[in-house]
Amino acid sequence: MSDAEDFPEDEVRGDPDAAQPEPTTLDRIVGISSSLRQALVVPALAVLTALIVGAVIIAVTDLDTLPLWGTDPGEAFRLTMSGIGKAYKALLVGSVGSQRAISETLFAATPLILAGLAVAVGFQAGLFNIGVNGQMHIGGMAALWVGFSLTLPAFIHIPLAIAAAIMAGAIWAGIAGFLKARTGAHEVITTIMLNFVALFLVDYLLKTSVFQATGRNDPISEKVKVTAQFPTIPGFDRLNIGFFFSLLAVAFVWWLMYRSTIGFEFRAVGFNPSGGRYAGMNVAWVYLGVMAVSGALAGIAGANPILGLEPYRGTSGFAGTIGFDAIALALLGRSHPVGVLFAGILFGALRAGGREMQGAAGVPIDLVLVLQALIIVMIAAPRLVRAIYRIKTPDQDVSTTISTGWGG
Amino acid sequence: MATSVSTEPIVQIRSTPDERRATVIGIVLIGLAAFVLWVFALGVESGLQSTFNLSLPGDPDFTWVVDSRVLSFLVAATIAFIGGWVLRRTHVKRTNLGLAIALGLFVLAFLTWAAADKSFSLVGMLRSTVILSVPVTLGAISGLMCERVAVINIAIEGQLLTAAFVGTVAGSAWGIWAGLTGAMLTGALLGAVLAVLSIRYRIDQIIAGVVINIFALGLTSFLARRVLSVAQDLNSPGRFSTHKIPLLGDIPVLGSMFFNHNMFVYVTYILVVVLHFGLFYTRWGLRSRAVGEHPKAADTVGIDVFRTRYRNVILGGVIAGFGGAFLTLALVSRFEENLTAGVGYIGLAAMIFGRWMPFGALGAGLVFGFALTLQQKLGILGTPIPSEFLSMTPYIVTIIVVAGVVGRSRPPAADGQPYIKD
Repeated sequence: MSDAEDFPEDEVRGDPDAAQPEPTTLDRIVGISSSLRQALVVPALAVLTALIVGAVIIAVTDLDTLPLWGTDPGEAFRLTMSGIGKAYKALLVGSVGSQRAISETLFAATPLILAGLAVAVGFQAGLFNIGVNGQMHIGGMAALWVGFSLTLPAFIHIPLAIAAAIMAGAIWAGIAGFLKARTGAHEVITTIMLNFVALFLVDYLLKTSVFQATGRNDPISEKVKVTAQFPTIPGFDRLNIGFFFSLLAVAFVWWLMYRSTIGFEFRAVGFNPSGGRYAGMNVAWVYLGVMAVSGALAGIAGANPILGLEPYRGTSGFAGTIGFDAIALALLGRSHPVGVLFAGILFGALRAGGREMQGAAGVPIDLVLVLQALIIVMIAAPRLVRAIYRIKTPDQDVSTTISTGWGG
Repeated sequence: MATSVSTEPIVQIRSTPDERRATVIGIVLIGLAAFVLWVFALGVESGLQSTFNLSLPGDPDFTWVVDSRVLSFLVAATIAFIGGWVLRRTHVKRTNLGLAIALGLFVLAFLTWAAADKSFSLVGMLRSTVILSVPVTLGAISGLMCERVAVINIAIEGQLLTAAFVGTVAGSAWGIWAGLTGAMLTGALLGAVLAVLSIRYRIDQIIAGVVINIFALGLTSFLARRVLSVAQDLNSPGRFSTHKIPLLGDIPVLGSMFFNHNMFVYVTYILVVVLHFGLFYTRWGLRSRAVGEHPKAADTVGIDVFRTRYRNVILGGVIAGFGGAFLTLALVSRFEENLTAGVGYIGLAAMIFGRWMPFGALGAGLVFGFALTLQQKLGILGTPIPSEFLSMTPYIVTIIVVAGVVGRSRPPAADGQPYIKD
């Protein structure tokens, strides 16, 4: 069986004038517009499949019930099913089950959306920015410093803190961009290394007299002044204006990528660097610019846990794993700002629900990481999903390709 | 038609990129020499001595005592000399050699400074370098097995981590050899996943690699918390013991450094030699490299491109699995969340540093092993440098390496591109 027979020349975009494929049963059932449905089918099925696999993992690792299969399979099955049910019910309740749950979801979604935008901007230009985690930490530290050392009215303090985060994040990412532009160093390795460096740098700074809270010996910083803390939205628990910043960022990135000349250059270089060079674009500057924008967005994402969350202090590793979830997000949202927005809300729901799942059903929240990884795989290879579910392949189906090779 | 225009060709004399790089490095070296002079030589009180222990406890005593200041002065002078020589650009191609020697001397001066008025086990550091180089070198070899057939393997980190986990569990349940086998099979499995995703489904290889890493981290952390924390007896495998090679192990310094280790280290040496021979002197190697450089031509000649890629990527996975087993069955004897902490990516950098060659991978592995050792051992010495900066060392070294301190090296031509047969 040759792979060629399964995948005839579809690495090149298909003929856009070709007729739409015959409506399948699925089409008739769902009934919404064909192209929108095609765009949604794969992500939806990806999420569904991930949940199914997750259920299997929960079942298989339930150490208490496993021995029962030998002695009393019926009981074991019942217990397993109820265990899975409890877990997923908690997931649902924790994410959308109440006003509070929805606040938690959107609250968790905010930094995810921003970080996802950071990665997505990189993807559009063919750059793989895995360093969002580190950039978030550096941006967050800058916002932190502005937050606790200056005394200003809120309407200046907050924008200033965010501006500091933007600049710091842009510079940190710019290091990798500069190295790529000047030396061709592949951004996958440089950004990952910078992640580690950033984490250690944050640990160090949190112990210096400038940052460390007076009277404390552990790596924890001074508290951000009230004027710099994000005001919360009444009636929505912890949800704060940070969420609106993320919406603004979505709009900005959309404008940047699809309505501005710079964005056009970014995308052109992403599509074909040689073509861009031929058209007179300075590819090196584009790489630097893309990383800077990406880092700026990541910086704002990093400011969120500092300025928008109790205890308004910096601690070791405050940005958690958001930077890595952002990669999954950007892929799920197909690198489009609106896609990232929805993917971010979905992942926020997974996080909020995941916490509930860990608390109420005892399933470690790392399962969410596994779910995310599965989702990415299936998004990045629509063929895989279609093969599993036997869906007809439309002409325009193309696997996601971000970059090829080490650049060199 | 004759003209009276002068026929002298107009020749533009511009320096080549290599020459420009030599200039930059020459200047950097002079600056480095100044640093050594200022900080390591003049920064130490005169009369202090650094004592380097060059033997393991139990072996006959063998130490090297130097005057801290004098050594640093000498090093500074030598580095300045090398810098000047590089600047002259009489032998531009030898720039890297000069750089390597200068950096080696710099490290020596640094250690002397750190050990001023103290005693320091240099042999311990050298041993640790070799030990810690093993996962890096194995990662680099795994990477290069895949890249030589033009498949980028970012998933080394995930392979190491998962194999380490399986090694622990299988090792605790059924003994260290079972653990080793399990780990290698896991590596092969993840290699197969990578192969299928990137060859059959043509997912971008970097995405596939990153996904496998995220998946591996999530799954192993999840399992560690849900299973291992409860069933603690599944997290205490045995440990492979060290063996001293009869004659070679008795050589004063080098013996303890290279010939007194567990079997993972020895297998790594052998693997490097075997792979070098295999890649460059056998038919298998030639075909693999052909697939990596020009798959279409290889296909035309009758080489099965897909088969070759699957086979090599899975083999690369087995090697990574072996590396993972080393981590939990020889280095430490238990699994922890995110045990690998970036070692897989450092292995990738070592592969690039080593120019996609097995012996290069070995050399690069030793360099990174040394950086990792610094991260661990220097804290004990009590230098004025904060521990966080010491922890950054291997990562910063990786960045510097990848940014082309070694100059641009060339990956296999078809690297990263899926092969489409028509």
